[in-house]
Amino acid sequence: MSVDAATVRRIAHLARIAVADHEIEHLRGEINNMLAFVEQLNEVNVDGVEPTASVEDMKLKMRDDVVSDGNYAKRVLANAPATDDGFFQVPKVVE
Amino acid sequence: MADLTSLTLAEARDQLRAKKISAKDLTDAHLKEMEKARVLNAYVLETPEHAQKMAAASDAKLGRGEGGPLEGIPLGIKDLFATNGVRTTACSKILENFVPQYESTVTSQLWRDGAVMLGKLNNDEFAMGSSNETSALGNVISPWRRKGDDKPLVPGGSSGGSAAAVSANLCLGATGTDTGGSIRQPAAFTGIVGIKPTYGRCSRWGIVAFASSLDQAGPFARTVQDTAILLRSMAGQDPKDSTSADKAVPDYEKAIGRSVKGMKIGIPKEYRVEGMPAEIDEPWDKGREWLKAAGAEIVDISLPHTKYALSAYYIIAPAEASSNLARYDGVRYGLRVPGKDIVDMYQQTRAAGFGKEVRRRIMIGTYVLSAGYYDAYYLRAQKVRTLIKKDFDNAWKQGIDAILTPATPSGAFGIGEKGSGDPVEMYLNDIFTVTVNMAGLPGISVPAGRDRNGLPLGLQLIGKPFGEEDLFALGHVIEQAAGPRMTPEKWWSK
Repeated sequence: MSVDAATVRRIAHLARIAVADHEIEHLRGEINNMLAFVEQLNEVNVDGVEPTASVEDMKLKMRDDVVSDGNYAKRVLANAPATDDGFFQVPKVVE
Repeated sequence: MADLTSLTLAEARDQLRAKKISAKDLTDAHLKEMEKARVLNAYVLETPEHAQKMAAASDAKLGRGEGGPLEGIPLGIKDLFATNGVRTTACSKILENFVPQYESTVTSQLWRDGAVMLGKLNNDEFAMGSSNETSALGNVISPWRRKGDDKPLVPGGSSGGSAAAVSANLCLGATGTDTGGSIRQPAAFTGIVGIKPTYGRCSRWGIVAFASSLDQAGPFARTVQDTAILLRSMAGQDPKDSTSADKAVPDYEKAIGRSVKGMKIGIPKEYRVEGMPAEIDEPWDKGREWLKAAGAEIVDISLPHTKYALSAYYIIAPAEASSNLARYDGVRYGLRVPGKDIVDMYQQTRAAGFGKEVRRRIMIGTYVLSAGYYDAYYLRAQKVRTLIKKDFDNAWKQGIDAILTPATPSGAFGIGEKGSGDPVEMYLNDIFTVTVNMAGLPGISVPAGRDRNGLPLGLQLIGKPFGEEDLFALGHVIEQAAGPRMTPEKWWSK
């Protein structure tokens, strides 16, 4: 499989990364190189094989559903590019 | 006074406890070396005041005989570990001014045990790279050079700053992270020891995430014993990371010098790749002989899905990265570039903040997870991952205790020499290490020889899940047999 310029633009939009027109062709080449490289996975017979999402042989732990952390809004906001009155500030979303 | 920076971590610890040296002198000696070695660009942030304060506290504790296991030991920290109040960038422009308000679990355990922080170490941006050339804060120059040639070489990556700093005596040990080989490959390139523990052995909390099912923290040091000492402090269950293993942490140092008699060492035939230079084969053959001489039994084994590991990795790791890095949106922390609306702000911020390699991986990850391609790429790669893991399970079932392979397919290369045309060329560096992350196993890289240019080469030992003690015992045998420690010529401070 390989991608065309329109697909590269679509991926960039899904990833929320602005890509300039003059970069599309280069990116298309790089992505296609990668896709050609991983093509060999199609040789492998994976019929009936379960996918591995985690290698661990353990059950995730449960904890009580209670508030265990918080009450430090200042620290949470300390690195925010823009804040207002204890909130993160973003450009207008709803007209 | 003897050079305090050339001590091993164990020697320094023992001399501190015996009050033969002070934490202050030890720290000051390192700070001085760091200043002289700035041309290597191993540290992206030196924290001398912080270090001196910690050293003074250590001296007070040592004076009262209350020192912890790492009391007064100066360490460097990869800039992927969040350090409270100390800038942490992941060597990305998007985090260039990020000052964490919390401490990663791994580093907090190092400070709990008395270690001293010298500064933050360079790495590939978001740990995506094998040469430290993708760092937004500049390349790391390896302390090593080819014989009769002063061309700058890479230290490996992604933990390039950690490897260079340990190799050049700019700290007694360092932290690293390893997603596909980022501890073992740079350790091999710089003639030092690095171990990636079993997935779940160390908490990932407070470490900037790359690929969460593969990432694992581990130590670098100049001897196997020193890495064993560090891992004991770094490891352990953490309620803040639900994937951290609820298993007691052994005193790894006790495995040093333990007999390896009767242990079965597997030699996987698939790691003898076609066209591999003789200089890579040579230390591998020697390693086999050394372990045999120590009483281990050498067994030929097969890991048939090895050749698919890199392809599966370059689907799974970018997929997880694309998801993890979605958080960098210019809202809660990091860079913000204004846009005409909120989506444009996200897009401009991410375009300006991410480097080329990171952008490429996010885009590939986005593609393989997107509707219509998920099954063909991502799900298939996860199934191949199952088969790779089964290969190892079969070896353990056969009674194999550990597996011996080369750590890298070559010695270090020059800055700018690889991957500029085709990124796959750079990715091939991880061919021997990436299988270990896919299966979640522990792997250690130990210096074992040199290439034709006089550059270090490492051997990798792969262990069973939570078989770190076996790796320390076997690694120590190789280290002893390989002869004196490899030290680079100190060209940077002449």
